[in-house]
Amino acid sequence: MLTACHECDLLQREPILPPGGVACCRRCNAVLYRDIPDSIDRGLAYALGAAILFIVANIFPIVGLEVQGTLNATSLYGAVEKIWDNDMKGVAALVFATTILIPAVEISLMLYVLLPLKFGRLPGELASILRIVQSVRPWSMTQVFILGVLVALVKLAHLAHVVPGVALWAFGGLIVLLTAAGSTFNMHEMWNLVTEKNERF
Amino acid sequence: MSDSDVTASQMGLCVCHGCGGLSELLPGIHEMRCRRCGAALHLRKPNSIARTWAYLIAAYIMYVPANVLPIMHTGSMFGAQSDTIMSGVAYLWHSGSWHLALVVFIASVLVPLVKMLCLTLLLISVQRGWTERALERTKLYRILEFIGPWSMLDVYVVTILVALVQLKSLATIQPGPAAAAFGAVVVLTMFAAMAFDPRLLWEPKEAHHV
Repeated sequence: MLTACHECDLLQREPILPPGGVACCRRCNAVLYRDIPDSIDRGLAYALGAAILFIVANIFPIVGLEVQGTLNATSLYGAVEKIWDNDMKGVAALVFATTILIPAVEISLMLYVLLPLKFGRLPGELASILRIVQSVRPWSMTQVFILGVLVALVKLAHLAHVVPGVALWAFGGLIVLLTAAGSTFNMHEMWNLVTEKNERF
Repeated sequence: MSDSDVTASQMGLCVCHGCGGLSELLPGIHEMRCRRCGAALHLRKPNSIARTWAYLIAAYIMYVPANVLPIMHTGSMFGAQSDTIMSGVAYLWHSGSWHLALVVFIASVLVPLVKMLCLTLLLISVQRGWTERALERTKLYRILEFIGPWSMLDVYVVTILVALVQLKSLATIQPGPAAAAFGAVVVLTMFAAMAFDPRLLWEPKEAHHV
C-alpha cells in the first residue's frame, strides 16, 4: 500500500506496524499513523469517563467567591451568560463554543463511533462523522480554560476568600480523559474501516 | 532531495485533506471528490498563500487593540480602574505571583506575536522559493499549530473574573474591548495556520500548485 505524507507530500510505502508502533514520514518525520492496542475498548472507557465528567463539570459551580458571608459562585455556562449580558456577545460565543459546544460534540461523536464498533457494528455515516471530529478538534480548548481559571483564582485570592467548586476538579479530570480519548481514537484505523465498507458495495 | 524521493503530486496523485487517502487526479476534471470520504480534492490547499496572508494581516491589525485597549474595568469603593494585558501582568508580578505573570505574559503577549512572525517568515520563504531547511521550517509550522489555542488564556481569565466579581457595592469587573480583540487574534491566527500548506515548504517555486 502506498501513502503520501500529509505534510511534505512524499510518496512512500505503508509499513506494517508492531503493536503500539508509529509510522513516521521518511523525509519530514511527521506521524503518518499509529498502531494503538485495544483502541476501541480503551477509547470507549476514556470517552465514557469524559462524558460523565463533562456533565458534572457543567452542572456544578467552578469557583465561588466568599465576601462578608455571602457566596457568589459561577458555573461555566453562568460565566458565558454574564459575558453575554455585558454586551460582549462575540466573546461569549467564542467561550461557549471552545469550552462547552465543541468538547460536547467531540465526546458524543466519539461515543457514537465507538459504541457500535464495540458490538461489532459499523456506525452510519462514518466518513462524515470522522471528518467532523477532525475539523472540530483544534477548537476544543478545555486545557487552556482550566489554566485561565487558575490564573483568575490567584488574582482573586488577594481580594476575597476563594472557594473551589466541584466542577473545577471535574474539569481537571476531564482534561486528562479527553486527551487520553483523543490519542486513543485511531483515525487511520477508522478510515480503513470506511475503505473496507466502500469496497464491499 | 535524494533520487528516490518522489512526491505524490509528481505522480499525479493527491492526498485527501479529509481522510489522508490517495487519489489519482484525472486531468481535465474539475471538482473531483475523494472516493472514500467525499471531500473535495486539491493538490494543495486552494489559494493557500493568499488566504494565509489575509488571515495573518487581519491578526496583526487586531493585535494592536488587543494590547493597547483595556481588557477589563474594575470598579470598587476605592475608585475605578482599567487594565490592559500588560498592566495585568505587572500586577501579578508585583503581587508576588511572578510565575503566573510569566505564564500570562508568554501565553497572551509572546505566543501570538511569535506565531504571527513565524508564519510571516514561512510565507516569505515559500514565496521566495527557498528549498533549504525545509525540515526545520516544517518543525516550526508544527510548533505553531500546537501553541495556537494557548493565547485564549486571557479571554478565559476575564470571563471568570467578570462572572465572579459582581459584589455590588464592593467591587465589580466588566470586560473591556481588548477581550474581543484578543479572541479575534486567536481565531485569526488559527485560521491562518490552517490555511497554510506545509507541503509548499518542500517544493521549488516552479512546482507550486496554488
